[in-house]
Amino acid sequence: MIDALILSRIQFASNMTFHILFPTISIGMGWALFYFKIRFNKTGDSTWNEAYQFWVKIFALTFALGVVSGITMSFQFGTNWPGYMQTVGNIAGPLLGYEVLSAFFLEATFLGIMLFGAKRVSQRAHTVATFLVAFGTSLSAFWIIALDSWMQTPQGFVMINGQAHATSWLQIVFNPSMPYRLSHMMTASFLTVTFLIAGLSAYRYLKGINQAGNRVLLKLAMTVAIFLTPFQIMLGDLHGLNTLEYQPAKVAAMEGIWETTKGAAAVLFAVPDESLKTNHYEIAIPKLASFYLTHSFSGEVQGLDAFPGKTPPVRPLFFAFRIMVGMGMLMLLVAAVGFWLSRKQKALPRWFLKTLTVMSFSGWVGVVSGWYVTEIGRQPYLVSGILKTADAVTKVPTNMILGTLVMYLALYLGLICSYIWVVFYIARQTTPIKVLNESKPRLADDAVRTQGTI
Amino acid sequence: MIPNLTEASGWLPVFFLFAMGIAMVAYVVLDGYDLGVGILLNQASDQEKDVMISSIGPFWDANETWLVLGVGVLLIAFPMAHGIILTQLYLPVGTMLAGLILRGVSFDFRAKAHLRQKSVWNFLFFFGSFLTAASQGVMVGREVIGFDSGYLGWIFAFIVALCLPAGYALLGASWLIMKTSGELQSKAVIWARKSLLLTALGVGIISIATPFFSPEIAAKWFSFPNIFFLFPFPLLTLLCFIVIDHTLLKMRNGKEAKIWVPFGLSVAIFVLAFLGIAYSMFPYIVVGQMTIWQAASATESLWVIFWGAVIVLPTIIGYTIYSYKIFWGKTEPLSYY
Repeated sequence: MIDALILSRIQFASNMTFHILFPTISIGMGWALFYFKIRFNKTGDSTWNEAYQFWVKIFALTFALGVVSGITMSFQFGTNWPGYMQTVGNIAGPLLGYEVLSAFFLEATFLGIMLFGAKRVSQRAHTVATFLVAFGTSLSAFWIIALDSWMQTPQGFVMINGQAHATSWLQIVFNPSMPYRLSHMMTASFLTVTFLIAGLSAYRYLKGINQAGNRVLLKLAMTVAIFLTPFQIMLGDLHGLNTLEYQPAKVAAMEGIWETTKGAAAVLFAVPDESLKTNHYEIAIPKLASFYLTHSFSGEVQGLDAFPGKTPPVRPLFFAFRIMVGMGMLMLLVAAVGFWLSRKQKALPRWFLKTLTVMSFSGWVGVVSGWYVTEIGRQPYLVSGILKTADAVTKVPTNMILGTLVMYLALYLGLICSYIWVVFYIARQTTPIKVLNESKPRLADDAVRTQGTI
Repeated sequence: MIPNLTEASGWLPVFFLFAMGIAMVAYVVLDGYDLGVGILLNQASDQEKDVMISSIGPFWDANETWLVLGVGVLLIAFPMAHGIILTQLYLPVGTMLAGLILRGVSFDFRAKAHLRQKSVWNFLFFFGSFLTAASQGVMVGREVIGFDSGYLGWIFAFIVALCLPAGYALLGASWLIMKTSGELQSKAVIWARKSLLLTALGVGIISIATPFFSPEIAAKWFSFPNIFFLFPFPLLTLLCFIVIDHTLLKMRNGKEAKIWVPFGLSVAIFVLAFLGIAYSMFPYIVVGQMTIWQAASATESLWVIFWGAVIVLPTIIGYTIYSYKIFWGKTEPLSYY
């Protein structure tokens, strides 16, 4: 049925989906740029300067999209989910507040200096500005993931008259799922950027642009990928075990386990059926799920039947989880092949470079499906055990929500297409790159300058 | 209605009302000038467009962050009001966000996309800036009269929706007078004069309409002895308008004039108008429905964010000044290096 709840959920989900694409890139890219900058400062090798100057353009574009889609979030808490702040505002407020105060202004202000100030400040100040932008984006991720994790595994509060009141901020920020979610997401960001750098460098190499420089970046990206991909898979496993401990219903839905069983099978593929509470077309490996969830082949795994009325929708969770894991495995394969090829041969073969180009935005697929798993997995709650999503929703007429939803969807689709198109367009540009800190006469009109003091 | 202000539960909400006020004024003035530049963009030649955009390039992102802080303080300190106000303003908030998105992305796309598409992004930059300003006008118009649902209330909101873009255009044009030279500067003088008139109209209508819609607000302004302390407000505002107009006329006729005067006094007009609205509404956060104390968060949560704000806000102001100093003076063509 189409009602305010489902429309608001679709609207928020589409805004989140659109938004997360860009911070995912800018968090990792900020640090990549800082690395390029440091390497150039140390070695004076123009390769790093060129890398900085190319990637800072992508960064600026990505950052702008992240900012504008992020602003939407802060308003939608009020327009679509008034019950959220009214119930847990005492907790969510300060966390969001610290994000704005400590991170947003920092990154936004120094971004201006980082992008346009290279000629106006010292080399050192410019490096510091680059660092502060990267630091700001990561700090922002810290606060928002602390809040998201608190909504998943809330602690450190008491409920008084239907409102949450903080008792321990340390417990609120460092709640049980927070360290796992934060490290999984930060690594996801670095991995997304690694594959983006690999993909676009391969694309530029194939187009014959700055081949020496792009070979260096390709080598760097492949080296990072071979370490980061297995590391991320390990983090994902730890995160999953943490979820099993605190949100077992989510894991049951991810695994497609309907009944509590000893020696549960690992379902590789199936089409879960919510009404019959069973899986169709199931392909499963006996006892494996018990093994990786409980580390014993006969261990008991709670099924969905253990949580009547408190289970998330199974099908989207089940599929999103498989897409995420599948993408992780594909990335691992590509990283391994890349590592092997670059040890064997001097130049990477064309077919592999083409594969990397296709994989440029593969991180997005993993990140978005991963977020679907964790957020849909929290349903039917908005804040686990405290506030149901249905109780927080707005009373705004359905038609209005439908109207804004259509508007946002059209906007987001258009912008994602434009973004990808422009990123590849920038990558095709061969304009010679200017030297950093070149001195250039000021263009100010002295006649007007004498009139005023500005 | 006003609780004991010597207790934290009494004065903390007042502190956050001030913090929200500062954030909103900072937003309206700072993002006001760059939205204004966007609103004026279509009036300029292609080359001038690049200069105009360059003049706001390093700042627009941080300027916009003040909006997040403003709505952030509303959300953090007054969560009860946050839901009421934003659901009431559902549609204008939606269109404003669409405007902000279009404006923000066009800024980057216009410089990076293929030249053929540049004019499309230029138009979207203008359109996004205008849509943002007009939506904010509707929001101001709805909020100051307590979401009056009669048709007069809506007509009022739409008039404000046309005048706020003019106010922003005034800020934008005055900004360009400081940051540019030559022909573009002369054009900016003309733009500033045109927007000045519409801005004056808007300020006038808000001043007349708010007491008209609320007898309580009328009593606050026109009772004795309040009126005695308050008459400098409209008088100073009028003075600002006259001096700006006088300065712009001098500039148009090629006489020597201080280039910071129109911008400085336009900011003053916005601050005075804001103070007037704030005085009318206090202590309500939703006029006639909810005071700031009824809407406030739990005191322990306000304390947590109080310390953060006290330490961090001065730092933010510090590095914002640093950033403006770096880009002081006439605008140079933007380049990343």
